Amino acid sequence: MKPPAFAYRAPESLEEALTLLAELGDDAKVLAGGQSLIPLLSLRLARPAFLVDLARIPGLASIHELDGWLVVGAMVREGHAERSSLIHRLAPLLSAALPFIGHPAIRSRGTVGGSLAHADPAAELPAVALAMDAQLVAASAARGQRTLPAGNFFRGFFETALEPDEILTEIRLSPVPPGTGVCFQEVARRHGDFAMVGVATTVRLEDGEIAEARLALTGVSPQPIRAREAEMAMVGAVPSDNTFEAAAETATTRLSPPSDLHGSSEYRRHVARVLVRRALQEAARSAGFPPAEVSAGRWAAR
Amino acid sequence: MNQREPGASKDELHQVQLTVNGEPRQGTVEARRTLADFLREELALTGTHLGCEHGVCGACTVLVDGEPARSCLMLAVQSRGCEVLTIEGLAPEGELSPLQQAMWDNHSFQCGFCTPGFLMQITALLEESPNPTESEVREALSGNICRCTGYESIVKGVMAAIGSSGSEAAG
Repeated sequence: MKPPAFAYRAPESLEEALTLLAELGDDAKVLAGGQSLIPLLSLRLARPAFLVDLARIPGLASIHELDGWLVVGAMVREGHAERSSLIHRLAPLLSAALPFIGHPAIRSRGTVGGSLAHADPAAELPAVALAMDAQLVAASAARGQRTLPAGNFFRGFFETALEPDEILTEIRLSPVPPGTGVCFQEVARRHGDFAMVGVATTVRLEDGEIAEARLALTGVSPQPIRAREAEMAMVGAVPSDNTFEAAAETATTRLSPPSDLHGSSEYRRHVARVLVRRALQEAARSAGFPPAEVSAGRWAAR
Repeated sequence: MNQREPGASKDELHQVQLTVNGEPRQGTVEARRTLADFLREELALTGTHLGCEHGVCGACTVLVDGEPARSCLMLAVQSRGCEVLTIEGLAPEGELSPLQQAMWDNHSFQCGFCTPGFLMQITALLEESPNPTESEVREALSGNICRCTGYESIVKGVMAAIGSSGSEAAG
């Protein structure tokens, strides 16, 4: 249970890190918070020749607003993000999902960018990035900077659009518009485990109708998925139990989640359907539906 | 395969300087050396216990710059310049911290193997919020596994420490 030998550098600038990656190519792995990579090394499931540690590069761990975006640096630790009032205000869905990641001692080291680049099929943050239409900024020595929409970033089982010489540097999120409610829900075998199924959703209401709904699921396929058909069907509808039940049906009926000792495919699909309905109800509630004094009784009776 | 890339080899040694329990320490390590092994084997601080060695059990939890971290999931080279607190730093030699005393009084351990991790995790929690509720304590401890005592007496010990901290501060 000891990592195999590898060479190690902790460059102090992004340029230096990109140059290293350009020279090393596939032999190198980028080390962010290490909360997934180091177990893989210890279990000898990964044997990179070289680790490039991003922790000494200034500027990758900042949370700030820029040109209407909320910018979260790739090396922002999950625990730091969890306590950020800026994230809480502008990206409440991210705030809602963070406590589901591992345990406090994992989140104090694990990074937002590391989780996205690792792309575990049951991780929380990829679903959040997808639901929020995040823009992921990657840099390489050869091609400079490019921006990838989350929808094109996750390509499969632990697979992303990042090239071997690229580093994910920041995540840009559109602040949620007023009237938006959010919810993240998941079911895991034990508290802190990766999700069997996780659901990230936002619901925006206007004049008592659903103006926009977003829905992403994790743990049900090799990469996180958006349930666009279900999202579209909700637009213009009244946020009722029927609306959300129908959306949950649409979002999950064609899923074929993996079967393993933690749960059968059928069970996961069932859990997904229940979680989608609950998450949509909760998001609508946090968006201000139903108005408290009018329908509190109906909701309280559930 | 090109093993001579940018002037680094797998068995290259790295200097690590850090602060452990308030004292400057240093060592020379291979990159693959975990912080846990560095503390135990180079610095002879064997109070940090290694259970699973892949980040599942929480026994090796220490504080790095005030925050809880699993020392088996951190490389010694990553800790350069950091302030690390281990169980040896909780109280002067031969004494118990109020938290340790409360856990002693409440039989919060049996074999004691997992105890250092629990203590460090709770120390981190109490530094962040001195008066947590029982559910916050349980949440904070959710990543620490004990296989003999059971969790009730551990939570009881922690809650006793929190209950006594008012008089501690006054004294």
